[in-house]
Amino acid sequence: MNPFAFALNFYHLIKKGIVEYWEEIKIQQLEVPLRDNSLTPGIVAGRLDQAAYAENFDDLHPRLDDHEALVAADRCYFCHEAPCITACPTDIDIPLFIRQIATGTPEAAAETILEQNILGGMCARVCPTETLCEQACVREVAEGKPVLIGQLQRYATDTLMEAGVHPFTRAGATGKRIAVVGAGPAGLACAHRLAMKGHDVTVFDGRDKPGGLNEYGIAAYKTVDSFAEREVDWLLKIGGITVETGKRLDRDFTLDQLNTDHDAVFLGIGLGGVNALGLEAEDKDGIENAVGFIAGLRQAGDLAALPVGRDVVVIGGGMTAVDAAVQARLLGALNVSLVYRRGRDRMNASAYEQDLAASRGVRIITNAQPVAIHGNGAVREVEFEYTDDDLSPTGETFRLSADQVFKAIGQTLVGSDLPDLAGRKIKVTGAGRTSLDGVWAGGDCAAGGDDLTVTAVAEGRDAAEDIHASLMG
Amino acid sequence: MANLESNFIGIKSPNPFWLASAPPTDKEYNVRRAFEAGWGGVVWKTLAEDGPPIVNVNGPRYGAIWGADRRLLGLNNIELITDRPLQTNLDEMTRVKRDYPDRALVASLMVPVDEDSWKSILERVIETGCDGVELNFGCPHGMSERGMGSAVGQVPEYVQMVTEWCKKHSDLPVIVKLTPNIADIRKPAQAARDGGADAVSLINTINSITSVDLDLFSPEPMIDGQGAHGGYCGPAVKPIALNMVAEIARDPALAGLPISGIGGVTTWRDAAEFMALGAGNVQVCTAAMTYGFKVVQEMISGLSQYMDEKGFASTGDLVGRAVPNVVNWQDLNLNYVTKARIDQDSCIKCGRCYAACEDTSHQAISMSEDRVFEVIDAECVACNLCVNVCPVDGCITMERLAADEVDPRTGQTVSDDYANWTTHPNNPVKCAAE
Repeated sequence: MNPFAFALNFYHLIKKGIVEYWEEIKIQQLEVPLRDNSLTPGIVAGRLDQAAYAENFDDLHPRLDDHEALVAADRCYFCHEAPCITACPTDIDIPLFIRQIATGTPEAAAETILEQNILGGMCARVCPTETLCEQACVREVAEGKPVLIGQLQRYATDTLMEAGVHPFTRAGATGKRIAVVGAGPAGLACAHRLAMKGHDVTVFDGRDKPGGLNEYGIAAYKTVDSFAEREVDWLLKIGGITVETGKRLDRDFTLDQLNTDHDAVFLGIGLGGVNALGLEAEDKDGIENAVGFIAGLRQAGDLAALPVGRDVVVIGGGMTAVDAAVQARLLGALNVSLVYRRGRDRMNASAYEQDLAASRGVRIITNAQPVAIHGNGAVREVEFEYTDDDLSPTGETFRLSADQVFKAIGQTLVGSDLPDLAGRKIKVTGAGRTSLDGVWAGGDCAAGGDDLTVTAVAEGRDAAEDIHASLMG
Repeated sequence: MANLESNFIGIKSPNPFWLASAPPTDKEYNVRRAFEAGWGGVVWKTLAEDGPPIVNVNGPRYGAIWGADRRLLGLNNIELITDRPLQTNLDEMTRVKRDYPDRALVASLMVPVDEDSWKSILERVIETGCDGVELNFGCPHGMSERGMGSAVGQVPEYVQMVTEWCKKHSDLPVIVKLTPNIADIRKPAQAARDGGADAVSLINTINSITSVDLDLFSPEPMIDGQGAHGGYCGPAVKPIALNMVAEIARDPALAGLPISGIGGVTTWRDAAEFMALGAGNVQVCTAAMTYGFKVVQEMISGLSQYMDEKGFASTGDLVGRAVPNVVNWQDLNLNYVTKARIDQDSCIKCGRCYAACEDTSHQAISMSEDRVFEVIDAECVACNLCVNVCPVDGCITMERLAADEVDPRTGQTVSDDYANWTTHPNNPVKCAAE
């Protein structure tokens, strides 16, 4: 306390009396400094209190308890040649695993799931079931209320994984060495199946952790408690798989080198590049790629330390756009607008995801594309022009305030000396065969898929079977 | 609102819903609650002769099986008859009957098979003012090992003998409660009638083990690693009970013998079915034990609405109405030809009908690539399995072929004449056609 303050306090002491003085001191000590909140302009951290972060990023669909699982399982009709199986890219025998849950053997159910889809735990969390198995469920047709296939799958796989059980074992060693590039869903599925067949597998990934988009690219509330990391650890229990992180294709090794040193190579490198808007001033402060924002959020130790804008604009209409927009809101952004250039029905994000975004307070604006970025140094506004469904501009424009802009208009394949492309992705025939002998590809980097985790798993698994067949004659 | 008043062998009650002799009727407290809830009558939990009270197990007495969402479908018990002093029960019965004179109060009895024992308990029971007695010849566990309960009910001669004693030593109406654990339910019913019984009530519980603990390898309910068979009741036993009631109701030798229907009555509809098959009233236990006494209010409103819709002035209009339609297999009309019909608009394409028919029946349902399921009339024997396994009510139905249509399965023209097995050409002992 400086002398002046002391003197002032002494005056108080005299004027108000000792008791009142001490009361006041106590009140001063209790006062919380004014904290940033959702109204604070600019990109700032700590907009919410800790309890709000915890609540906002809690599990989107907590695991069913035993009774809930039995009730949900009982709704399955055990259909003949069930439509849900047909709708599953990995062909999981859904009626069988649900019956196994209903009869009190979730571990057996998990095995039914995992033998088709080794990342069944993650798929149970992130699959757009509303457009896959649950859309095909006959009870969706009958009542608009499908069997909760995704949540039942999670119940089964969580039960098994929490018991620390890995139900698969390796066949006798073949002596074959296979390189897998990319430790995402496709690469991991491929590696696991190859290891099961008795091959020795090395998985290379440029990032610090394996998991690919499961680890870096999915909204945090879909995979809480480090599930992606735990799932990889569990998957590797098969043995025979060496993971080398921090090793990137073209930077640390070439495809040609890998192909020479191994009996086969699987490319599951995903899409490493991000599409640009193609506007002037796209490099202004506050403009980021949504994938970077999502990855940063997933790896953040303390969500309160993550800065987010007050007025956030997300450009794009896919799952990445929704994940970025919703999480910006959950971090405390006041206004989040998701702007897509076509109609809602054309958005890659499912209706369920759109509803989720809306329920979290994201404003979805359709039929508008960005035409200019305004601001002095940092972005201040984004100008959009309304577009018809065929994307023809209407000439009518509007501006959205923005102190932070996330670009989520698609990702692109990156790499040199890759196999032949079909369009902008690696051309594949059959089960992931590329134009190069001994090189297979699958997941987002391969042409023909639908950029879903579950599809990547199916492609990795099927490529492994094909690699095995071709190596073992 | 229909008149539900019931007069069963002279015992009047405001409705035909009685609580069966069982745990819910063991005490004044419970019975008062039951009457307040609206039950028309109770059969008091079975009384034993005076002496040291009955001893029950001190571990679980009930076992169960469940359907979806843990809905209780079947209950099994190893509880014995009342374990309270006789005089306590008699005092309570007296008070309850005094306070609820319009309700039926029947005493259930089980004493050793000697005339003096029955004479002496009857003398004491009469003093309570109760409306009648029910002879418990049905309990299948514990007491049967001591020569009572179902051990009596399984020997028609004993049934008749004890019934005679009871008629001789009291003027009260006598209901004989029958055990289903017997080959032909008509035999003890006949014995009861021959002994002078005013009515029979059935069924008592069925010998059962509800499940086996696969870790302890013990039957359920488990007592210290072991289990004894119990008596099974609840919704699961209703079909067995309905048949036994019907067997008695349609037996010409037993014509006119009043029946109190028991066995899985859970809703007004169950009660109406028992009554249509000849039961003058019904007794309920498991439904009350599962949901509490209030269920009777649904039974009252439901039966009342149904009777109004049917224009039945009294329960008597309903009782026995289905009995003439219960026949032997050989009397069924073989010219009644039906085919399954699938309503494509309500079909949800689960394919259960197809799996059932293709795997286990007659390959009479086709499945297209886009999951359209259709009946192949040339194969369909009208077994009804597809109807039963279809999860959508009313989606698959049975449609009768009209006379003069050709059944594509048999190539025969359908006749609207009645013709049964007794006259069928394949029957080696067929009756000569007139």
